[in-house]
Amino acid sequence: MRVTRRYRFAASHRLHSAEFTEDENRELYGKCSNPYGHGHDYVLDVAAIGPVDPVSGQVVHVPTLDRLVSEQVLKDFDHRYMNADLSEFKALVPTSENIIRVIEDRLNARWSDAFPGEWPRLEGIRLRETKRNVFELKS
Amino acid sequence: MLITRRAEFSASHVCAQPALTPEQNAQLYGPAANPSGHGHNYVLEVTLEGDPDPVSGMVFDLKKLKELIQQTVIDSMDHRFLNYEVPPFDKIVPTTENVAAEIWRRLEPHFEAGRARLNNVRLYETDDLYVDYPGASAQDGR
Repeated sequence: MRVTRRYRFAASHRLHSAEFTEDENRELYGKCSNPYGHGHDYVLDVAAIGPVDPVSGQVVHVPTLDRLVSEQVLKDFDHRYMNADLSEFKALVPTSENIIRVIEDRLNARWSDAFPGEWPRLEGIRLRETKRNVFELKS
Repeated sequence: MLITRRAEFSASHVCAQPALTPEQNAQLYGPAANPSGHGHNYVLEVTLEGDPDPVSGMVFDLKKLKELIQQTVIDSMDHRFLNYEVPPFDKIVPTTENVAAEIWRRLEPHFEAGRARLNNVRLYETDDLYVDYPGASAQDGR
């Protein structure tokens, strides 16, 4: 069974790569390349999968998942400029594709501390940048 | 092809294991263990899988699915205290996981024959928390 928990964070970013010229950045990223960045209200869905524990009736202890996501993701991402404030994006363009991979790495880094047993496992992550742009990664 | 029908019901519950102490239940379930219970506006999404009938153009008549959900789930769970009024939750804890599995058990026999198969039960306890249950056979005991 899969349990999906929704979180939110507000953050800004600029899509701009040093590999490209200014014109190439403008051509590739359009207004997302504007020099001072811009922000979104991101919606982050984290899905955990596993058997229902026969005693608790739960797949995942949600307060533990909340603490993990808060510590590993929201604390650093919420109300930040990702390009400047997060070390992962010093040399990596914070597209939603890259953000979702960084979030997966951060959750995996502490997942077994939070959930030491075989289950639950991280099943996937969905990141909604805007109502019209949604990105999904299966772990 | 997948088709999904949504339904809603409001119910109260308390999440606590009689075998555990009040402190252990509070640690495990948080405020959901408060003894007098609390409620949610549950949102249920029932997904069927199948090929459309070549004559009717339908996988399953959604009006019939609506009636089936009403009769098997909503009539007994809506505006009820699950622990006291809706078996098996007098014996098992009505976590969202267990309620979703119970809804699957109630619906699944109606799709054993025929063109449509029950594919998934999604149950939202709140906008920010939901479970997906694709049946015990689909998931290696998960």
